[in-house]
Amino acid sequence: MTVELGHFALILALALSIVQSVLPVLGARRGDDRMMAVAVPAAFTVFALVALAFAALTAAYVLSDFSVQNVWANSHSQKPLLYKFTGVWGNHEGSMLLWVLILSFFTALVAFFGNNLPPALKANVLAVQAWIGTTFLLFIVATSNPFARMNPAPVEGQDLNPVLQDIGLAVHPPMLYLGYVGFSVCFSFAVAALIDGRIDAAWARWVRPWTLTAWIFLTGGIAMGSYWAYYELGWGGWWFWDPVENASFMPWLAGTALLHSALVMEKRSALKIWTILLAILTFSLSLLGTFLVRSGVLTSVHTFATDPGRGLFILAILVLFIGGSLALFAWRAQSLAPGGLFQPISREGALVFNNLFLTTAAATVLIGTLYPLLLESLTGEKISVGAPFFNLTFGPLMIPLLAAVPFGPLLAWKRGDILAVAQRLMTAFFVALLVVGIVLYRTSASGVLSAFGIGLAVWLMMGALTDLALKAGIGKASLGTMLQRIAGLPRSVFGTALAHFGLGLTLLGIVSVSTFSTESVLVMKPGDGIRAGGYTLRFDGTDPQKTANYTEEQGRFTVLNDEGEVVTDLISSKRFFPVRKMQTTEAGIKTFLFSQLYVSLGDAAKDGGIVVRIWWKPFVTLIWLGAVVMMAGGGMSLLDRRLRIGAPAKAKALKPRAAV
Amino acid sequence: MTRKQKRLSVIGGGLLVLSIAAALVLFALQQRIAFFRMPSDIQATDLQSESRFRLGGLVEKGTVIRGEGTKISFSVTDHVKSIPVTYDGILPDLFREDQGVVIEGRFMNGGAFVADSVLAKHDENYMPKEVAESLKAKGVWQGESEQP
Repeated sequence: MTVELGHFALILALALSIVQSVLPVLGARRGDDRMMAVAVPAAFTVFALVALAFAALTAAYVLSDFSVQNVWANSHSQKPLLYKFTGVWGNHEGSMLLWVLILSFFTALVAFFGNNLPPALKANVLAVQAWIGTTFLLFIVATSNPFARMNPAPVEGQDLNPVLQDIGLAVHPPMLYLGYVGFSVCFSFAVAALIDGRIDAAWARWVRPWTLTAWIFLTGGIAMGSYWAYYELGWGGWWFWDPVENASFMPWLAGTALLHSALVMEKRSALKIWTILLAILTFSLSLLGTFLVRSGVLTSVHTFATDPGRGLFILAILVLFIGGSLALFAWRAQSLAPGGLFQPISREGALVFNNLFLTTAAATVLIGTLYPLLLESLTGEKISVGAPFFNLTFGPLMIPLLAAVPFGPLLAWKRGDILAVAQRLMTAFFVALLVVGIVLYRTSASGVLSAFGIGLAVWLMMGALTDLALKAGIGKASLGTMLQRIAGLPRSVFGTALAHFGLGLTLLGIVSVSTFSTESVLVMKPGDGIRAGGYTLRFDGTDPQKTANYTEEQGRFTVLNDEGEVVTDLISSKRFFPVRKMQTTEAGIKTFLFSQLYVSLGDAAKDGGIVVRIWWKPFVTLIWLGAVVMMAGGGMSLLDRRLRIGAPAKAKALKPRAAV
Repeated sequence: MTRKQKRLSVIGGGLLVLSIAAALVLFALQQRIAFFRMPSDIQATDLQSESRFRLGGLVEKGTVIRGEGTKISFSVTDHVKSIPVTYDGILPDLFREDQGVVIEGRFMNGGAFVADSVLAKHDENYMPKEVAESLKAKGVWQGESEQP
């Protein structure tokens, strides 16, 4: 019954979404307030209905209702409760439903916070959101119905893929979707502006919080996914340039560019048309990403043939939104008032530099991801484009961009003085140079590239700190005044500094792991020891374990320091899931400050030992810690009073209270 | 700077970056990609070639020989032809006889395939898709891991 209710709610949401797609646009065109006013309650109701559908599916999972085909295929009565919840989106149909849920949530948020928008713009934005929602709801209802029943109902389910039975699944997909789908708001604002034919600096101010929100979540989603792959797959790698990863990385690159170009538009009223285009491209890449992953088109184009309904529907949505919005852009962009030009050496110029490199980098990733698909469909030749390709194309593009980052926030708007800025960055430069020298001295000349990589990371971090110190008036004011000034700085200044600092941290982690990590693969017998990163790892033997849904072979290890004292113990295991007849590796990971000892078990060897793979990964956690700092930077900017979604009047009303 | 000069400097800079990126991409596409092959697709020219290949197929039954330490050799087959493979390292969890694998490496001395990575993809489907597709196309698909 609840299942049918969910299905019904979903269809109702689709119907209402169609209404929300049409009436507000017509109203905005004719200046009819009542038609425009439909948008807000419709947005709320669609969200409520989709939430109801989602709750119904969740209930079916929690109650293990195997008469629902989706539950049967992806759940098991013996599965821990947490994975019954997360299993809802651990499959195609459920994850599409989550996608639409988040989309309708964002639409409702725009409706809720949009009181200060001009009515026509608001109506158009909500209608464009409803266009996206309608196509996706139609896709779910027509081709991927999660509520399909089975008769007779099976007694037991097929269980969730063991690799997905992890806390990572609870966090990673919802976060990633919050990012992907969050960019839909920017897209809708861009399309609404094109329909309206009007755009100004205020537009950028309205869009920026949404861009920031989406960007924060996307950053978190990617970092989380990377860490999940790192510990769950047992390969010790954190980024594989796998097409699925690229699919999430491209919108991130474009979204980062959008974040920066919207700044120029807001402050200088320039780059308007470019910003609109970026907003469209970012969401287009999000759509492309969602579908590359969800349609299975990635590893082979022929997946379209195995499920023609879904594949073609997906392609149709892509063509409709990407093609449609770009056509609208080509048609209407001329009518938007062009922005002013500016000096190449200025804050605006620096942000253009940023955009140029970020979008070019996104384009190279796009080529590397789509080229194999294109080649196969044209010639039938199957190729794989992996890390070697991306290291050669993406890497060189990042170096000038990263080197230029500290200059950006220090350059003045309109007309900057690069020499003066360089002078102020002297300290940061010398610290970075010093670090390069130390690394070279400690590692001999072979590590030239990595030394410069680490130098670059330090340069980024020092640059961010320099920016803060200079804005506090270092050397010109007393400590007290400086502290006062720091406290009085706009939060977005902190946001910028934090985000750039986080970028440096991530880079430091990446360079350090890729050049200084050590790896050994060997056969170990109980009592054997091996050196790894200043510690000795001793193998103590294996133990069989059994739980409700898997059996496990645990390898027990002890970590000893140089004095032979026990530091900690470590367990690395292989699990076998009988329902799916699948084996997974549970790597044993111990963190020492920022570095990690990573142990994964292989098969039993001929002579009674077991194959063990051990990595020492120096500063590896900085990769994800940096992402967290970047997110904090984004959050800080989001809190900036000038960017708050509420009307400026509200900020004024808040001021006296803040002073008390 | 005049208006024209400003515009030219931005456009020129953009074109410069784009052309460098394009050159890098073209170079990388020639040098840094791996070709996917099934055992029966392997040509004589492939055996002599310096290129990297991704070899897809099933682990042939009864050919898995564990050597010293972590060394292992086995054959990859598509039930038409099989190719001997040697590998030194840890095998993925899903590596089993008669299971689909994708192996990346090069042909050495015109015959044996020396792998530097073995993938049995962690996917919602058990078999790497490119392998499943090729097996289906060759009519030797056994369909054991197909989802309903």
